[in-house]
Amino acid sequence: MKILEVQNLTVQAGTAKLLTNVTFSLESGARLGLIGESGSGKSMTALAIMGLLPPELKASGSLLLGNGIEPPMQIIGTPERALDGIRGRVASIVFQEPLTALDPLMKIGRQLAEPLRRWQGLKGISLQAAVIAALAEVRIRNPERISGSYPYEISGGERQRAAIAMALACEPSLLIADEPTTALDVTVQAEILTLLDTVVSNRRMSLLFISHDLAVVSRITDHVLVLKDGYVVESGSLNNILRAPEHPYTRDLVASARELDSAFDLAQRKE
Amino acid sequence: MSTSKKYRSPALIIGGILVGTIVVMALLSIFWTPFSVNDTTGGRLDPLSAHHWLGTDKLGRDLLSRMMIGARIAITVGFISVLIGAILGVTFGVLAGFAQNWLDESFSAMFDILIAFPTLLLAMLVVAARGASLTSAIVAIGFGMSAIVSRLTRLLVKRILAKDFITSSRASGTSWLRIIVLHVLPNIWPTLIVTFALQFGFAGLTEASLSYLGLGSPPPNASWGSLLQEAQGTVMTSPVGAFAPGLLLVALVIGMNLVADGLRDVGDPTLRRSR
Repeated sequence: MKILEVQNLTVQAGTAKLLTNVTFSLESGARLGLIGESGSGKSMTALAIMGLLPPELKASGSLLLGNGIEPPMQIIGTPERALDGIRGRVASIVFQEPLTALDPLMKIGRQLAEPLRRWQGLKGISLQAAVIAALAEVRIRNPERISGSYPYEISGGERQRAAIAMALACEPSLLIADEPTTALDVTVQAEILTLLDTVVSNRRMSLLFISHDLAVVSRITDHVLVLKDGYVVESGSLNNILRAPEHPYTRDLVASARELDSAFDLAQRKE
Repeated sequence: MSTSKKYRSPALIIGGILVGTIVVMALLSIFWTPFSVNDTTGGRLDPLSAHHWLGTDKLGRDLLSRMMIGARIAITVGFISVLIGAILGVTFGVLAGFAQNWLDESFSAMFDILIAFPTLLLAMLVVAARGASLTSAIVAIGFGMSAIVSRLTRLLVKRILAKDFITSSRASGTSWLRIIVLHVLPNIWPTLIVTFALQFGFAGLTEASLSYLGLGSPPPNASWGSLLQEAQGTVMTSPVGAFAPGLLLVALVIGMNLVADGLRDVGDPTLRRSR
């Protein structure tokens, strides 16, 4: 069963095309990496899937999103009010910069309580318990303290974990991770990737993982879609793309990943 | 954790004392003044004495009593006009903040026209239409203020709406109304409250100007502006009559400015930590 089916998605700002005829689909439980440089339209695709494009951008084509329980919904052209029903529930999103993705004036616990309250109808003590459990699920040490802290009072890694907990709160079938590790330092990156990997498997979610970094993507998914200037230039299994990149841009990507690898090898041999 | 320790802002404390004194004078005047406001039994232009703490004016009325009534008028004007300005301003500002394209531009044009219109001129128009009264002054000041608050609110709302956490909240299916209550208003509130405090002081000042020009509360009402105007002729022989309301006005405006400063420091949790 397909959870997401994108056909000929085109996004325009006035006459300029930011995305052109993007087509791909995602099976229930599958993972897909969306790779491209900045400005290639990765985040635009993510926002379009959620129906969150800014009003000055016009989307056309077809974007079907559904979790198998209800018939798939056409996102393009659907009014805001109707989309509220599927946002969070069917698909949810984790952003790149956790500091800006959390309300700076609201304690983590309260922010997390909001979707839990709305989707699971919890109140009072059981809501508090659910908040703590949600923080514990994303492996936050000392969830009680984090729950009572403002975003600026905790570390970047903890913030991103909290943001992931918020995205998971509505129990979405599809998780969109928009460069979730880019703003973090390398050791924390690895932890967050492991966390996403575990949570997505445990919950049997689908994952759309957006990144500019081939190495990061390769750790969490084995199918990728390469975007360049709003066009899909290559797609398929990671293995094939690594072995025989067709498009010059993909070749560059692979080559630069290789360079890093061989630098590692060289360094190790010297030791 | 820094939240357990309340940060004390010196500006807030000094401002609070200045404004607090005036508020106490105003509250006290409701129940008690040393003399009745229009009691002319004192001597003309009596100097300071144990009997008349601030002396008397040229009609023999007790100046302290009149200052207290003046404080009540200043605080009333400040409070009600800020209330009018806040309710109208935040409502229209939030609407304009969400509006797009031509609707947004129309809102902005409307605010700009109102702001370009001097409050005193607006007050004169209202007075011409309704007659000079405290209510006219309050309405005029409140309207003038609402334009300033609207424009600020619109800008703040637009800035907050562009933040990731709004997109993130919408991505989890939060309705617009809930987003306004939960994220937008709390985030613009600290800035707005500072503006309200500032505007409170200016409202008192504007009312005094109006009364000075004879456009505020009509005599024998004792607004600070009318007191200044009445004392103008005798400022050389009996300076207290002019200095007292003048100093009180300065205290109100400076006090409210300091309160505004202090509120800004206290209202921002990120600033609180850096202290």
